[in-house]
Amino acid sequence: MNKVVKLKDSLSKFVMVIAFIAIIIIFSLLSDRFFTFDNFFNVLRQVSTNGIIALGMTLVIICGGIDLSVGSVMAFAGTLCCGLIEDGMHFTLAILITLACAVVFGLFNGFFVAKVNMPPFIVTLATMQMIRGCAYIYSQGSPIRAIDENFNMLGNGYIGVVPVPVILFLVVTLMIYLILHRSKMGVYIYAVGGNKSCAIYSGINAKKVEISVFVISAMCAALSGIILASRMYSGQPTSGQGAEMDAIAAAVLGGTSFSGGSGKVSGTVLGILIIGVMNNGLNILNVASYYQLVLKGIIILLAIYVDMIKKK
Amino acid sequence: MSENLLLAMEGITKTFPGVKALNNVKLEVMPGEVHALLGENGAGKSTLIKILAGIYTKDAGEIKINGEIVEISSVNDAKAKGISVIHQEISLVPKLSVANNILLGTEGKEVFINNKKRREIAQKTIKELGFDIDVDAMVDTLSIAQQQIVEIVRALATEEVKLIVMDEPTASISEKDVDKLFATIRRLKKKGIGIIYISHRMEEITQIADRLTVLRDGCYIGTRNIDEISMQDIVEMMVGRQVEEMYHYNINAIGETVLKMKDVSSQYVHHVDFELKKGEVHGLYGLIGAGRTELVRVLFGLDSYQGEIEIQGKEVKIRNAGDAMEHGIALVPEDRKKEGLFLENTIYFNSVITILKEFMSRFRIKNSKARETTEQYKKMLKIKYTDSQQLVGTLSGGNQQKVVLSKWLAAKPDILILDEPTRGIDIGAKSEIYDLIFQLVKENVSIILISSELPEILNLCTRVSVMREGRIAGHVERKDFNQKEIFKYAMK
Repeated sequence: MNKVVKLKDSLSKFVMVIAFIAIIIIFSLLSDRFFTFDNFFNVLRQVSTNGIIALGMTLVIICGGIDLSVGSVMAFAGTLCCGLIEDGMHFTLAILITLACAVVFGLFNGFFVAKVNMPPFIVTLATMQMIRGCAYIYSQGSPIRAIDENFNMLGNGYIGVVPVPVILFLVVTLMIYLILHRSKMGVYIYAVGGNKSCAIYSGINAKKVEISVFVISAMCAALSGIILASRMYSGQPTSGQGAEMDAIAAAVLGGTSFSGGSGKVSGTVLGILIIGVMNNGLNILNVASYYQLVLKGIIILLAIYVDMIKKK
Repeated sequence: MSENLLLAMEGITKTFPGVKALNNVKLEVMPGEVHALLGENGAGKSTLIKILAGIYTKDAGEIKINGEIVEISSVNDAKAKGISVIHQEISLVPKLSVANNILLGTEGKEVFINNKKRREIAQKTIKELGFDIDVDAMVDTLSIAQQQIVEIVRALATEEVKLIVMDEPTASISEKDVDKLFATIRRLKKKGIGIIYISHRMEEITQIADRLTVLRDGCYIGTRNIDEISMQDIVEMMVGRQVEEMYHYNINAIGETVLKMKDVSSQYVHHVDFELKKGEVHGLYGLIGAGRTELVRVLFGLDSYQGEIEIQGKEVKIRNAGDAMEHGIALVPEDRKKEGLFLENTIYFNSVITILKEFMSRFRIKNSKARETTEQYKKMLKIKYTDSQQLVGTLSGGNQQKVVLSKWLAAKPDILILDEPTRGIDIGAKSEIYDLIFQLVKENVSIILISSELPEILNLCTRVSVMREGRIAGHVERKDFNQKEIFKYAMK
């Protein structure tokens, strides 16, 4: 009996891996520019910013919430960081201040969700507007140039052959992995998302856990915004629109349940890679971006449908 | 005497908006004692336990542990005082392993967890208690019975435990595991641990408890030694009125066949032949997982099936619950919270939802007529509430069950399926439901009664079909009723 369950479990895990490999094979056959060393890092660099957001989002969804404000936090962080540097601040200090600002946004979201008991969808829908507005106000509606060359290395530099954003993405992945699968906080996140009253009856401070995941998510979004600003040589108040949906799609593709309580870091990473490879491959094949959107949607639906029937 | 007490709760009072849940209640437990806490639904047992567990705070009164006055204002406070609770509803985290569930909340200050150590502790505890469960299994892959055992193990895994509260711990575990639980309880007694035991199964209480305390309507009624009191007296204390014969039942002349299943199979049940006659109470007995619920799910159109179903002599296809209702079938499901009620809605909403069509005039609902119906069933079923605009979730278990019943009775079914209608409710409400079944049969309703309590089946049914592993293992007529016969079919 147990063996059957385990076999089914690993099968449903493999479905996504198989799909991923299949996508890679198909693109490799269709274009000889796809399966190359350069393109490999290219894809990884492309997914790194969205990937970092998706990892934070994964924690929020497992904990039973949702964070729609990440795209706006991303834009705000980019403009603020570039603005502070323009004002003459050292770029490391600017990054720290930007991250601190993200903590405040996270606390704000968490406060209304956990303490005031408002639905996370509504709270973050509101803060999504507010923070986007703040980004426009701060930047007066136009991009702020990033003038520090060291800062611009964050998005464009390499360590050896590996792009810096990829390294940052890997570091964040490792950190989120440790939080979710090795720490007490991880157990608590599953507990609160899976059965909140049980968590409370077990003496877990559920509010603290909920607030924490929003703070982590906002910090991930801010880091992602900083990297993007560095890569684009400017902080743009319009950046990151729709980033929350990409992050949710990646998490869901990776098997994170929307009702909370289940999901994995490895799953989300796989989800990010699938989306990244799709985007990259379709670009190489010169598929117009309008068609790309339609295809992306279809693939998300299909992937999750297959996952569902496998689980049954 | 009071020096020796492990726990003394004195003058405990708790008021919720509109209800005085507890009024000057007393509860005393000695070390090494199993103390049964009894009372009808809404008597205040759960509230008292939740105060002890730190989930609610009391309005007045004092709690002493080992003679010292303590304040319990949070779950962690209660834990620190050595109080451990097995809650009535299974409260586990589905996507965490058994080990993580057992040790949930014991992490203390550590940031990272040592999975290997946690597994070992969990394994050891499970083994010591004589149970057998894989510590790595995700809780959502376990059966209900196994989950209940995990819950029990969890309450016992805390090291400094002095007092364990067990709220209906045996509600869904097998008899073998009940024996193991009782063996564990006896071992805990020897260690001087006090146990507060809540159960609606009288035979368990006489078997395991030393003393008992009865609550009624939020008031303390009395404490007795178990060997100095008869079952009849206990019931009287709980209900507050003379109960003559708990199960009285007469059979009407049974009419023609109203429902016939011929060789019906679904994913879970196989080749079932089943017949229900007018004015019959047809029992479905079997162990947990024997396929009883799954069989009635077919009848109510919830699972697809092969085979033939005849109603009033005509072959019908039941594709969904709407079809079933059209053929006069109603189902009172096993899990009232998940399947029976809209907990977040009012009593009124729940009572009229199945018959909304009758109150429609064009596009409007005629509220006055609907309210009348709600009132009518409130009286008929003696449901206790002050305002029909109250949320159903705020009612006690027995009253919730009555609302589910009223919802289906309002639909005026010919065939009423009751799946464990008295699970987790007290003797008073039980006998009211028995009376109701008796009344309905007189009105020519045919009833299918699923129950895991053999006495209930034996007393109420005109005939019983026993299921085992998704099949009908045998039928027993009322004149041939005896426990052994029925068990033989159920057990194999």
